[in-house]
Amino acid sequence: MEYGFTTAAYVVAAVLFILSLGGLSNQESAKRAVWYGIAGMALAVFATLVGPGSGLWLFSIILIAGGGVIGYQLATKVQMTQMPELVAAMHSLVGLAAVFVGFIAHIELGRVMGMDAVEKGALDGFAALLAKKDGVEVAILRVELFLGIFIGAITFTGSVIAYGKLAGKVDSAAIKLPGGHMLNAGAGSLSLLCLIWYFNTGEFFPLFLMTLAALFIGYHLIKGIGGADMPVVVSMLNSYSGWAAAAIGFSLGNDLLIVVGALVGSSGAILSYIMCKAMNRSFVSVILGGFGGPAGEQMAVEGEQVAIDADGVATALNEADSVIIIPGYGMAVAQAQTAVAELVRKLRAKGKNVRFAIHPVAGRLPGHMNVLLAEAKVPYDIVMEMDEINEDFPDTDVAIVIGSNDIVNPAAQDDPNSPIAGMPVLECWKAKQVFVSKRGQGTGYSGIENPLFFKDNTRMFYGDAKASLDALLPKID
Amino acid sequence: MTPASAKDLQKLGYECVIETGAGAAAGFSDKAYKEAGVSVVKTGAALFKAADIVAKVRPPEDREVKRLRDGQTLISFFYPAQNAELMDAANAKGATVIAMDMVPRISRAQKMDALSSMANIAGYRAVIEAGNNFGRFFTGQVTAAGKVPPAKVLVVGAGVAGLAAIGTATSLGAITYAFDVRPEVAEQVESMGAEFVFLDFEEEQQDGAATGGYAAVSSPEFAAAQLAKFREIAPDIDIVITTALIPGRDAPELWTKDMVDSMKPGSVIIDLAAERGGNCKLTVKDEKIVTDNGVTIVGYTDFPSRMAAQSSTLYATNIRHMMSDLTPEKDGVANHNMEDDVIRGATATHKGEITFPPPPPKVAAIAAAPKKEAPKELTPEEKRAEEIAAFKQQTKNQVTLLVVGAVLLLGVGLVAPASFMQHFIVFVLSVFVGFQVIWGVAHSLHTPLMAVTNAISSIIILGALTQIGSGSFLVILLAALAVFMTGINIFGGFLVTRRMLAMFQKS
Repeated sequence: MEYGFTTAAYVVAAVLFILSLGGLSNQESAKRAVWYGIAGMALAVFATLVGPGSGLWLFSIILIAGGGVIGYQLATKVQMTQMPELVAAMHSLVGLAAVFVGFIAHIELGRVMGMDAVEKGALDGFAALLAKKDGVEVAILRVELFLGIFIGAITFTGSVIAYGKLAGKVDSAAIKLPGGHMLNAGAGSLSLLCLIWYFNTGEFFPLFLMTLAALFIGYHLIKGIGGADMPVVVSMLNSYSGWAAAAIGFSLGNDLLIVVGALVGSSGAILSYIMCKAMNRSFVSVILGGFGGPAGEQMAVEGEQVAIDADGVATALNEADSVIIIPGYGMAVAQAQTAVAELVRKLRAKGKNVRFAIHPVAGRLPGHMNVLLAEAKVPYDIVMEMDEINEDFPDTDVAIVIGSNDIVNPAAQDDPNSPIAGMPVLECWKAKQVFVSKRGQGTGYSGIENPLFFKDNTRMFYGDAKASLDALLPKID
Repeated sequence: MTPASAKDLQKLGYECVIETGAGAAAGFSDKAYKEAGVSVVKTGAALFKAADIVAKVRPPEDREVKRLRDGQTLISFFYPAQNAELMDAANAKGATVIAMDMVPRISRAQKMDALSSMANIAGYRAVIEAGNNFGRFFTGQVTAAGKVPPAKVLVVGAGVAGLAAIGTATSLGAITYAFDVRPEVAEQVESMGAEFVFLDFEEEQQDGAATGGYAAVSSPEFAAAQLAKFREIAPDIDIVITTALIPGRDAPELWTKDMVDSMKPGSVIIDLAAERGGNCKLTVKDEKIVTDNGVTIVGYTDFPSRMAAQSSTLYATNIRHMMSDLTPEKDGVANHNMEDDVIRGATATHKGEITFPPPPPKVAAIAAAPKKEAPKELTPEEKRAEEIAAFKQQTKNQVTLLVVGAVLLLGVGLVAPASFMQHFIVFVLSVFVGFQVIWGVAHSLHTPLMAVTNAISSIIILGALTQIGSGSFLVILLAALAVFMTGINIFGGFLVTRRMLAMFQKS
C-alpha cells in the first residue's frame, strides 16, 4: 500500500472514534470522550491531507477553516433549546456532502473509464484507485455510489424538513400529498429502475433522476411525520447520514469512512429503536408517518379542568416534602429551564426532596430535557429516568408537569382505544397533588385529550411556563 | 351520657335512664338530665334492672356482672384480653358485651373510638399535671430578673396521647422531643412541633399499618438501641411523658432506674402507662412519688377522670355513635349486626358465646404502604428455571442471528470480488462494534451522542479531500463545497457537544 502511514493513522482514528462513543456511558468520562473524537478527526484529516489528498491541500485547509469559523459561530450562538434544529440542520450538510462526493466519484469514473492504459498509468490519487478496478469491481462501485447518493439525498431533504418543523418554519403537523405512501413507493421503485439502468449503462441521467426521486422521498417522508415523533426522526436521520458515509466509503475504498459510517449508522439506529420503544410504537409505523386511525371509540373524558393561581401552587410547594418535576417540550419553548432550576434551588435549600422525572421522548431530541436542565445548572444526580422514578410517585406530595402532555397521559394505561395505548408514561397522577403548567386547554402534539388534566388531584396552572414560574418564585419562602 | 347526648339517643328511639349523681363530677346535675327527658334512678342495681343496654366507663365490677341478665347489653371499656374471667362471667349470664376498647381503628369507626378520645385527654392532662409538679416555666424567657431556660419535654410513644401531649407541651412553649418505634409517625410528630428522636439503628422497620396503627413488640436489639438513646439524653430532659403501650401486653420498660437517677432534681416523669405496670419501673400506680434525687414520678391512671366534664362529653358522644350504629333503623331496637366490622370487632360476648378475639377487619385500618409488599417471592428453583429459560431464549436468538448473518456473508462472498470483501468485513465488524458500544450510552447523554455522531459522520470529508485534486473544474467545485460543509459540521458538532457536556454537573 502506498499510504502505509495513512492507513496506520486511520486505524488509530477509528479506535479513537469508538472510544469517543463508548465514553458517553457516563457524564464524567463523556468530557474526555469528546477529546478522543476531536483527536481522531484531526488525525484522520491530517493523514488524508499528507497522503492521498492530492494537491490543493492549502485550498482544502482554507475551506476547512472557513467552514470551521461558521461552525464555531453556530455552536457558540445556538440556544440549548434550539439544539434539535441545529442537529437536524447539520445532518442535512452531511447528506448533501455525500451526494456531492458520490457525483464526483461518478464523474471521475466516467473520465477514467474513457482513458487508455497509458493514460491510466499516469494518474494519481483517487483516479489512480479507480483505474485499477476491473469490470465486476466497477459494477459494484456503481451500486455503492448509487446507494451513497440515494441515502445522502434522502438525508438532505429529510433533515431540511425536520429542521423546518423543529424551528417552526414548516407546519409541524403530519401532512401527506395526495397519494400518500403510494408516492413514496413510486419514487422508490423509480430509484430502483434507475439503479438497474445506471448499473448497465453508467450514464449520468439515471443517477440524476434517482437523486431527484430520493430528494422527494426525503421531503415527503419527513413531512408526513408528526412533531411528537421528532426524536425518532432526528435519530433516524442521524443513522442515515452514517449509512451514507459508509456507502461512500465503499465506493472510495476508504476503510475509515466505512468504520465511522457504520458506527454512526448503528448508533442512530439504536437511538431510534430506544425512542420507538419508549413510545410503544413500531419503527415502521413511525417512519410511515402519523398515528394510525384510532382503533375504536376513545374513552370520553369526564369532569372539568380546575385552574389554580400562583399562590395556591406556592402554598402547596411550601408544605410539600417531596416534589417531582416533569419537564416537557413546553419548558423548552418557553425557555423556562432557568426559572425551573431556580425553583428547585429554593426548594432544595429548604431541605425538600426535589427530583426531575424525564421521559425518554420528552422534548424533540433524545435526551433533550437533560441538556436543558444541565444548561440551567441542575445537578444531574437529581434528574431521573422514567424507570428509576415511576415507583416513587405514590410517596410524592407534589408533582409539577411543565409543558409535557402525552408522556403523562394516563389514557396510555387506562384506555385501550387511545392512540397512545400501551406507551409507557410517567405515573404522576399517583402523587398526592399534581400541578400542570400549560398555556391553555389545547391538546398536545398528538392531538389527544389528556384525562390527567381532569383528575381530582390535578390543578391547572395556566400561562406561559416561564411567566408562571416567575410569578411563583417570589412566593416560595 | 350527657344531657345533650341523651337527647340524641332519644331520637334513635331509646328511653334513657341514669343513676342518680352519675354526672355530678362532670358538672351535670340530675336536674339537667331530668330536663333532657332522662329518668333518674336511685341505685346502680335499679339501673341494671331498668335498662336493656347499660353503658359505663370502667370494666364492670364483680357485683355488676352478677346483675347482668340474659339478652342485656353492656357497653364499657372491658379489656377482654386481660379480663378473661370477667368475660366468662358476663358470658355465663348471657349478656352481650361491647368493649369500647376493642373498636377497630378504621376510618368509619373513629367517631366511636373512645380510646382515642380518652388518650387525647390523658395526653393533655399529663402535660398539665407535669406543669403542676414542675417548678419552672415551660417557655424560655429573658426577664429583668434573669434568664429562664425553656423546659425540655420528652414524649415517649407518639400515639394519640403522645401527640396530644406534644401539642400541649409545645403550645406552652417547651422544647419538645418525641420518640416512637414506628418511624412513619415522625412526620406527625414534626407536624405537632416536636423533634423526632431518631435512633442510629438499621433494621427492617415496623409498618404500623400491619398492626392497625398500634405499635408492636420490638426486637431486643432495637430495644437496646432505644434505651441507649434515652440514657444519652436523660440528663437534659426536664419532663418525661411516657405513653408507650402495646395492645394486650404489659407496658414495656423504657425509662430505667439509672435514667431516673441521672435526671436533674425537680424533673417530672408522667407515666401514662401506669395502669399496665408503667414504662418506668419506679412508677407506683395511682400515686405520685418523689425519688431520692428529687424526681417526681406521677403514676395516676385516672387522667380522663381528672377532666371529667371533657371526658364525659367525648365518651358520651362515642357511646351515642356506637348506639346509632347499633340502631340503623332508629326504632329504639338494637340490631346487633355481627357482619359489621366495627360491631363485630368490639363485641366480646354475644348470645352466650365468647366472640373474642375478633377476626381481622375486612377493611385495613390504614392502607398498607404498597411498596413494602414485595412482588411474588420466587423460590430459588423457580428463579433458576426462569434464568435458564431466559438464557436459552437468548442463546437461541443469538445463534439464529449469527447463522443468518454468516449465511448472508458467505453468499456475498461467493459473488463479490476480494477487494470488496475486504471492505465489507470492515463494515460488518464496525456495525457490530457500534451496536455493542452504543447500548452502554447513558440516556441523559443521548443529545450529546447525536451531536458527536453528527460531527464524526463528517468523516465523509476524507472522500472529498481525496477527490479534490483529481480532475476537472466541476469535480473541484463539488469537492470544495463538500469540504466546506463538512468543515462546518466538524467544528460545530464537536463544539456543541463540548458545550453540552460542560454543563452536566453533580450537586
